[in-house]
Amino acid sequence: MALMKVKFDLKKRVKLAQFVWLMYWFSVMAGVLVFSMGLFFKIELRKRSEMMDNNESHFVPNLLIGVGLLACGINAMGGKICYDSLDPSKFSRWKPMLKPFLVSCVAFNCLLVLTALLCFLMRIPLQFTLAEGLKNALKFYKDTDTPGRCYMKRTLDQMQMEFRCCGNNNFRDWFEIQWVSNRYLDFSAKEVKDRIGSNVDGKYLMDAVPFSCCNPGSPRPCIQYQVTNNTAHYSYDHHTEDLNIWKRGCRDALISYYGGMMNSIGALVLLVTILEVIVMIGLQYVNTSLSNLANPEDPECESEGWILEKTVKETFTDIMDKMKAMSKGNAVDEAGVDGVATGS
Amino acid sequence: MVLMKMKFPFEKRVKLAQGLWLLSWMATLAGAFTFTLGCFLKTELRRRAEVMDNTEIHAVPNTLMIVGLASLGINYFAGRMCQDALDAGRFPRWKTFMQPYWGVSLLFTLLMLMAVIMSYAMKGNLESSLKIGLKNGIRFYKDTDTPGRCFQKQTIDRLQMEFRCCGNTDFKDWFEVQWISNRYLDFSSKEVKDRVKSNVDGRYLFDGVPFSCCNPSSPRPCIQDRLTNNSAHYSYEHQTEELNIYIRGCREALVNYYMGLMNTIGAGVLSVFLLQSSVLVSLRYLQTTMEALAGQENTEIETEGYLLEKGVKETIMEYVTPVLVFLQLNQVGSEDTEA
Repeated sequence: MALMKVKFDLKKRVKLAQFVWLMYWFSVMAGVLVFSMGLFFKIELRKRSEMMDNNESHFVPNLLIGVGLLACGINAMGGKICYDSLDPSKFSRWKPMLKPFLVSCVAFNCLLVLTALLCFLMRIPLQFTLAEGLKNALKFYKDTDTPGRCYMKRTLDQMQMEFRCCGNNNFRDWFEIQWVSNRYLDFSAKEVKDRIGSNVDGKYLMDAVPFSCCNPGSPRPCIQYQVTNNTAHYSYDHHTEDLNIWKRGCRDALISYYGGMMNSIGALVLLVTILEVIVMIGLQYVNTSLSNLANPEDPECESEGWILEKTVKETFTDIMDKMKAMSKGNAVDEAGVDGVATGS
Repeated sequence: MVLMKMKFPFEKRVKLAQGLWLLSWMATLAGAFTFTLGCFLKTELRRRAEVMDNTEIHAVPNTLMIVGLASLGINYFAGRMCQDALDAGRFPRWKTFMQPYWGVSLLFTLLMLMAVIMSYAMKGNLESSLKIGLKNGIRFYKDTDTPGRCFQKQTIDRLQMEFRCCGNTDFKDWFEVQWISNRYLDFSSKEVKDRVKSNVDGRYLFDGVPFSCCNPSSPRPCIQDRLTNNSAHYSYEHQTEELNIYIRGCREALVNYYMGLMNTIGAGVLSVFLLQSSVLVSLRYLQTTMEALAGQENTEIETEGYLLEKGVKETIMEYVTPVLVFLQLNQVGSEDTEA
C-alpha cells in the first residue's frame, strides 16, 4: 500500500521533471541567499566584537555559511538529475545513486531545521557574552593611552550614538566606574581629592555620563554632569526628565538588534527548508515514476509514482528490522569466529 | 559638400544594423541608470532640505530624471528602426518619423550634456544656499517650543554628528548666537544677568558649543564649555587641542559631500552621453544608407552614408532661414500696421 500513489503518462512525467528542475534552480538561489545571510551575520558580529567577550561563538554564522554552500551543491546536482531524467539512457546512469541521494536530502533537511532552531536560540548565549563584554568596555573607556585599548572610547561613543543607548543596563553604570583618565584630573584640587577619598578603591566617581549618551531630541541642551542633582540645573527634575539622555542600556539595544536579525534569518531558513522538502518529494516522484515503467522498452507508457513504497509505519519497521539484522549479523559473525576459535 | 561620407556594402550595412541594435539596448539600460542616479541625488538633497535655503540645486537631479526617461524612448525607437533596417521594404515607413525624431533626440542629448556641466558648475549656488540655511538653523537651534522650528535642534545635532562638523564656517559660530533657550536660564543668578547685560541685544552668549560638536576620537572626555579658557580645564590648551571638538564647519562638510556625489554622477552621465551620441551617429548612417536604397531593385548593392547632406554651415542656414523670414515678416507686418 504505497504512500500517495499518482499515475503518470509521458506528458505528465515530462512536466513534472521540468517543474522540479525549475524548483531546483530556485533552491540553488535560496542556498546562495542563506550563504550570504551567514556571511552578513558573521561580519556584523565581528564589527562589534570589541563589545563582546573574546570567546564569543561564531558557530551559528559558520553553520549558515556551510549549509548555504551545501544547499547549492545538493540542489545543483538534483537539478542535473532532473534534467537528465527526460533522457532514458542518461537517467539509467543516475539510477543507482538516487536512493542514497534522497536519503542524504532527508538528512540535509534535518540539518536545516536544526540550523533554524539554533538561530532562534542563539539569543541566550549572546546575552551573557554582551553583558560581560560591555562591562569590560565601560571599564576600559578611560584607557586611551593603553595600547590595545586606546580605541575603546571611540568605539563605545560611536556605538552609544548609533544604537541610542547609554551604559550596560542603564545610564547609572557610568556612575560606578571612573571614566575620566587620571591624566586629566588635577590632583591638587580639593574637589578631586574629596571624591577620591570618598571611596575604598580611590576612584574618581561622579554622577555624570559621557556626551555620547546625550539625546539630540531633547528640547534643552544636554545635561551630562550632576545628572541626579536637581538643584544644580535650572528647572530640572531628573525623575521626570525623559529626553535628556538615552534611558535604554546598550545590552538591551544590541540584543534586540541581533535578535531581530537572527529571527529573520531563522524564518528564512525555515522557508528554505519547506522549499527543499518540496523538491525532494518531487524528485522522489520523478524517480519512482521512471523506475516503474509498465513496459521498460516503451518510454511512452504509463507508470505510477509514489513517495514511499509501503506506508510510513511499514517503512519504519522495515528500517528497524534491517538495522537489527545488521547488528545481529555482526554478533553472529563474532560468535562464529569465537566458536571456531574455541572449537578448534 | 557632404559631411563624413562612408561607403556601405551589404555586409557592412547588416553589421551596422546589428551593432546598433545591441548598442541601443545598452543605451536603454544606461538611460534607466541615469534616471535612477537622478532619483538618488534628489533623495539625498531632500534629506538635508532643512539646512538649504532654496531648491535651485534640484535642477540637476530633475534634468537627469527627464533625460533618463527621454533616452529610454529614444533608444527604444532606435532599436525598432534597426530591426526594420534589415528589411528594405519595411524601412521606408519610418521616413516621416525621422525629422521630429532627430529634433527630439538632439535636444535631449544636449540636455544630458548640460546636466553634466551643471553638476560641476552649481557649486557656488549650493554653497550660498547652505550658508543661509545653516545660519538660520543655528539661530533657531534654541526655539524648540516654536511651532515650525521645534525640530531644528534635532536636525542640527544629527547633522553635526553625522558629518563630523561644528557650526557654519567653524565652531566659533556658536559663540555668536544664543543657543540655550531662555526657558532654561535662571535670570535671578548673577552670572546670567552679567552675560545678558554684556551685549547690545541682551543675548546669553558664551564660549561653549553643543554636545553634537564633540569628537568621539578625542582621548579625553569632551570639553564643551569655556573652550577658549585654558585655565578652566586641567592640562588644556585650546590653540593646540585638535581632537576635542570637530574643527570643520558644516557648510564645508556638506559642500564636499554633495560635490563628491555630483562629480561622480557627472562622470557617469558623461559616459552615458558618449554612448547615446554614438547611437545617434550610427543611426544617422543607417538611415542615410537605407534611404539611398529606396526604389532600387537590388537591395544588396553598395550605398553611401553620410552625417549631413550639406556642410554644417549650410545645414544651419537651412534651418535658421525660415525662422528669420518669419521674424522679418512679423517686423514688416508691424511697421505696416503702424504706418
